[in-house]
Amino acid sequence: MRLGNHLRISLSISAFYGLALGMWTICDSATAYADAPVVGLITKTETNPFFVKMKEGAAKEAKEKGAKLMSAAGKFDGDNAAQVTAIENMVTAGAKAILITPSDTKAIVPAIKKARDAGVMVIALDTPTDPQEATDALFATDNFKAGVLIGQYAKAAMAGKPAKIATMDLAPGITVGKLRHDGFLQGFGVKEGDPSIVCSQDTQGDQAKGQTAMENCLQKAPDINVVYTINEPAAAGAYQALKAAGKQKGVLIVSVDGGCVGVKNVKAGIIAATSQQYPLKMASMGVDAGVEFAKSGKKASGYTDTGVTLISDKAQSGVESKDTKFGTDNCWGK
Amino acid sequence: MTPPSAGHDSSPWRVLRERLPPLSLMGPFIALILACIFFSLQSDRFLSGQNFSLILQQVMVVGVVAIGQTFVILTGGIDLACGMVMALSSIVATKFAVDIGIDPYAAMACGLFVAVLFGCLNGVLVTVIRLPPFIVTLGTLNIAFAIMQIYSHSQTVSDLPDALVFLGNTFHIGETAVTYGTVLMVFLYIIAWLVLRETAAGKHIYAVGNNAEAARLMGISTRNVLIGVYTLAGLLYGIAGLLIVARTGAGDPNAGQTDNLDSITAVVLGGTSLFGGRGVILGTLIGALIVGVFRNGLALMGVSSVYEILITGILVILAVSTDRLSKRGA
Repeated sequence: MRLGNHLRISLSISAFYGLALGMWTICDSATAYADAPVVGLITKTETNPFFVKMKEGAAKEAKEKGAKLMSAAGKFDGDNAAQVTAIENMVTAGAKAILITPSDTKAIVPAIKKARDAGVMVIALDTPTDPQEATDALFATDNFKAGVLIGQYAKAAMAGKPAKIATMDLAPGITVGKLRHDGFLQGFGVKEGDPSIVCSQDTQGDQAKGQTAMENCLQKAPDINVVYTINEPAAAGAYQALKAAGKQKGVLIVSVDGGCVGVKNVKAGIIAATSQQYPLKMASMGVDAGVEFAKSGKKASGYTDTGVTLISDKAQSGVESKDTKFGTDNCWGK
Repeated sequence: MTPPSAGHDSSPWRVLRERLPPLSLMGPFIALILACIFFSLQSDRFLSGQNFSLILQQVMVVGVVAIGQTFVILTGGIDLACGMVMALSSIVATKFAVDIGIDPYAAMACGLFVAVLFGCLNGVLVTVIRLPPFIVTLGTLNIAFAIMQIYSHSQTVSDLPDALVFLGNTFHIGETAVTYGTVLMVFLYIIAWLVLRETAAGKHIYAVGNNAEAARLMGISTRNVLIGVYTLAGLLYGIAGLLIVARTGAGDPNAGQTDNLDSITAVVLGGTSLFGGRGVILGTLIGALIVGVFRNGLALMGVSSVYEILITGILVILAVSTDRLSKRGA
């Protein structure tokens, strides 16, 4: 009987593999682009709508330009090992150019160097590597400017009232978070360590962590009236905490991203203003540069600002902004 | 299902069955071969020495962690802390060498020492205080993570001295560049295989995993075996920590977050029973390679990396079902 079982199991396993692999052969369209230039896109995660939009933009542009797009991502934000593996596999697969949003801006540098040594052009999207020159080029939002815009907006909206500021930051050591934070402070006209900054917490850009962080800040300083948030999920979390404490009315929340959910929250008055960025544009420009390099050998270089727009329905004098209709038309995600 | 009866068949099938390695090892091996054949047909870049060297290089970290994990699982335990102990060890080694500036080899030894210390701590908590391994290692997972974040200020350590990245360097066999780290991994597998197969200590590990009480009655000190196994596992995580430093060229405080589940996946895919006492260490290497081959092969085909996760999930269920069914059939 044992033998029978073994046989049955072996047979069913073999059958399964046969089936699975067969399906793959049918689904596989990889061979259709045998001679098309290959461009790789490596994002931080597969789940964040920002990167989903980025991938969409890249896929669309690749199709139009007749390139083959390979994509990969880490399992979580900060998953450097998976990005290293993805770079190696793409180089082996013959990619001409690799577009990457580095999860760990420093740790990824040696892997990028190896790829560039192998003749691949590497462009950082959204997040610069540390040092920035580790990649051939950077296509990204000016995150400092994104921070300055919401800082200026918050300053104007407070109209001279004394501010008690909470900052919902990203995580230590991540450049994007520091740039936005510093930009906000400069826009608002305060220095780091100013007594008006009553609470600073890391949120990892996560809604649940943003909520916890804001709850703790309210314990520390119940009279907070300006909340800077690293992104819109963190803003939504902060709003939840304020609402639970019955304080959502008198508090001004500003944020960065311009995702569709975020813009909706601006429209609903939950977020006062947000700096919108354009992941689709980063990706399509990246693919263009990759195709160009494959065709002519001309490399992209330096930093290209992919633009940032302040979105708010309550415009403040002296601060240029667009309304949520513009924001909705240009937002990413759903 | 009919109950098994002794000596009920002496057919050629039985002879064949006894000659072949156990199904738990053959299954994964066949899967690996089929996957390789499939990817060779799909991508002309798959079947090359360079690409196989690359796959080995990509599985070397989790592969070495999985050796330690296999030892622990063979005793009927589980180690959730492995990835974090590995990452802590890599941060200690890199920070000692770069920030404190001690000799890189001494720094590596310090990293290994920390990992061994954590392994020993796990073993002591499991045996002396008799806590379940799941809970103990859940605790040490968080402790190792927190110590690492506090000590590194969540900052990546870069600009490493050459000695720390030596294992990531390559030598050439013909056209193929082979990483020293992969050679170390294969070497560690062979040692582990010999220890488990040929030594009394190896037999004791299986005995404790099969039935700890019976092993104790036979005069085996289960306490010593378990402390030894967890400590040895710690050493292996430390070595994996050196490998990840060499591979990425940086001390990365975000490393190791999925290595506990990834190593358990390799062990299970390799046919080792999660209930302890049964399994072959070489299966674990095959398990790790299956994951690596799918990741690499799908990438070469241009298929998104989530499908690798999907397939890994299906394979894990298949492997455990096979284990269950073959046990029931026995």
